[in-house]
Amino acid sequence: MKSEALSHIRICDFTGQLAGAGATRWMAAFGAEIIRIEDPVRLGKWDVLRGTSPFVDERRGHEFGGCFNNHNVEKLGVTLNLRTDRGKELLTEIIAVSDAVTENFAAGVLERLGFGYQRLKEIKPDILYVSNCGFGHVGPYRKYKTWGPIVQACCGLTFTSGLPDMPSAGWGYSYMDHHGGNFMAMAIMAGLIHRSRTGEGQWIDMSCTDAGATMLGPVALDHTVNGRPLRRDGMPYSNRSQFPAMAPHGIYEADGHDAWLALAARDDHDWQAIAELMDIDDSRFDDLAGRLAHEDELDDSVRAWTSGRDRFKAAAELQALGVAAAGVAKPVDRIDNDPNTEAWGLWPTVTHGEMGRVRVDGIPVHFSETDWVLERGGPLLGQHNRQILGGLLGYSDAELTDLASEGVI
Amino acid sequence: MVGNDLPGALSGIRVVELAGEASAFAGQMLAGMGAEVIVVEPPGGHHTRSFEPFLGDEPGPGRSLWWWHYNSSKLGVTLDLEDEADQSRFRSLADTADVVLESERPGRLADLGIDHDVLRAEHTELIWVSLTPFGRTGPRSQEESIDLTVLAAGGPAWSCGYDDHAIPPQRGGGNQGYHTGSVFAVLSVQTALLVREQTGQGQFVDVNMHAAVNVTTEFASAEWLVAGQEVQRQTGRHAAVHPTTFVRALATDGIDVHTGFPPTKSKDFAVVLDWLTDLGLRDQFEEAFFLEIGAEREEPLHLSMVGQDAEATAIFGAGRDAVRFIAENVTAYDFFIGAQDRGLAVGIIYSPEEVLADPHFKERGFPVEVEHEDLGRSFTYLGAPYIAPKSPFRIRHRAPHVGEHNQILETLT
Repeated sequence: MKSEALSHIRICDFTGQLAGAGATRWMAAFGAEIIRIEDPVRLGKWDVLRGTSPFVDERRGHEFGGCFNNHNVEKLGVTLNLRTDRGKELLTEIIAVSDAVTENFAAGVLERLGFGYQRLKEIKPDILYVSNCGFGHVGPYRKYKTWGPIVQACCGLTFTSGLPDMPSAGWGYSYMDHHGGNFMAMAIMAGLIHRSRTGEGQWIDMSCTDAGATMLGPVALDHTVNGRPLRRDGMPYSNRSQFPAMAPHGIYEADGHDAWLALAARDDHDWQAIAELMDIDDSRFDDLAGRLAHEDELDDSVRAWTSGRDRFKAAAELQALGVAAAGVAKPVDRIDNDPNTEAWGLWPTVTHGEMGRVRVDGIPVHFSETDWVLERGGPLLGQHNRQILGGLLGYSDAELTDLASEGVI
Repeated sequence: MVGNDLPGALSGIRVVELAGEASAFAGQMLAGMGAEVIVVEPPGGHHTRSFEPFLGDEPGPGRSLWWWHYNSSKLGVTLDLEDEADQSRFRSLADTADVVLESERPGRLADLGIDHDVLRAEHTELIWVSLTPFGRTGPRSQEESIDLTVLAAGGPAWSCGYDDHAIPPQRGGGNQGYHTGSVFAVLSVQTALLVREQTGQGQFVDVNMHAAVNVTTEFASAEWLVAGQEVQRQTGRHAAVHPTTFVRALATDGIDVHTGFPPTKSKDFAVVLDWLTDLGLRDQFEEAFFLEIGAEREEPLHLSMVGQDAEATAIFGAGRDAVRFIAENVTAYDFFIGAQDRGLAVGIIYSPEEVLADPHFKERGFPVEVEHEDLGRSFTYLGAPYIAPKSPFRIRHRAPHVGEHNQILETLT
């Protein structure tokens, strides 16, 4: 079973890794036909995740990359050797029946393969082309290379995470590979909506660093309006809340190994509940101004209560009083032991041609009429050559055999 | 390259947004794409108008920069949803909408008789997107929640922080729990619009912020789902099952840089060696000899050799240390440009204001001036996530004052 939501959309897809593959992943979950083009000569490894950890067992190689499977669920895999004229002709035929061409190569790579925007338009005048790279295709850094942490550094997000007088903690994962993919999906769908309403294609130039910088929040205006930079003494302090000002607001030591509790007082009412529960009686903390002025002492008082307590039980006690609190979840807590993620169906099991049944990230939304479906794992190399080149383009099995023997597919 | 005046991709689409902390960014992006976003506040203004920072540090309903930031390009009306006459006005307003976007506590709108099932009963083409901390119906749907607790409960905090685990995990700055939920709300609106074009049908979309951050933690989830392994946080690097080497250096101007993957290819060792020479630092770098060997290798250094083969380990270490040594002897910007111009993928750890001052972002038209005609001034805002020449994303105008566009309500039947 596939989702029917976007079943009318076909994408000729060159994306890889997460920052690109994440974009077409969303659309595949909603039933779009995503035709992933891969290089048979290099075994599809322009996406290195095809062969990198995590692995389900001891097997290794281009069919065993755990993240590749996760990022390419419900997509189709076609191999084309674009060094050959025949491979280019087949690609041209696929583009001619596609709504969009998508890629996240370094700037200029698709052009060098002979499929820049001008050529795409010749093949299909209303084609939507969405490119996505670290700094986009326009601007002095267009040739610069990035991966998630470099994007996060250059767009300001890394700096915003951490403690004063310490190196920035940054993001302990490629936050901007996820959102690079998500913003790329946004760009693709914005382009498709424009195209269906006007008949016009276009080239949308997506830059991961621009996308990341849109997420910096109100801190940017604090500088451009008030002249207050975030690079200043005592800042950033991201476990505390400056915008809006709240205190206490933090992540506090709980009982157990590397166990932590997040809690905050959004207002005086929250604070009164917290103070009563924790038996904190200090008039300096009665109002927000006082709590902010004595935040270190305030945090010490809160920590004295949290440090001996189980993080989830303590969170429940605070929640019972109407206070926002949560234990810091480890992977096991949120994936295997959280009734909410289970009820949501957040970790669906897909079937992969070599790895078998594997759990993957689900989709954090549910549609009442045309919901997403994730059942099929990422494609094996060339797994859908016959379906696409035969079924869609009409090549016979004998012709496909010849193409394979000639090293085209 | 600056955005143009063409209509956006969502021009002609009306979004009615109930003002909310978590959904404000979603509404702002939809407005950036050209939708007519009407944000509905209680009379007197939404409580986020009391959120810092303030214009000139003075509070006031028109002075919250939080409000400015998250409500640019929107129109503003006021309705008291507890009042029956205003509930009726809200129903009429929603009847004119393509999309309703809200982040109300599950149950509140049902109690008021204005939830999606009521409004969509006779208006099936309506798309209703609800963004809540745990979804509308799950066992945790009634928990109190803010950005901090979303990031703590959903996984990001576990992966962010310092090598020293006596230091608490860190919540990344800038409301990223809300932003992540909002990004999925926008994708939902777009997907639902593409469906509606085909079928004429709208839908109810339940967006779950806790789920949203759960599925955007990369290896933390993948390692557990695939291999049953738990990642551990590290200073400024990916949380990982096995500890990884440093990627940071402090440049001469006190700004940190990200030193990227250490060189493994012979041409990269040659590049680093030449760069050291250009800077007059070669004699000060004691391991330069190993860079020379690395530059002469025919095969790239395979990481599996590091720690196994003495020479490979020395070459790898020299490359890594040389990049850091250069970083510590030049300014952060010179390091970033110098390395990238030589083909080495490294980064500069900019603060937000430094992003807006950077020549690349300027040339792309990312910082944009937004006119505040009421103040007789204009201010620089964060701009568009992508350049779409035929359907530009752009900040169209400043955020509304309280009830500034209440005349919209007068046109309702």
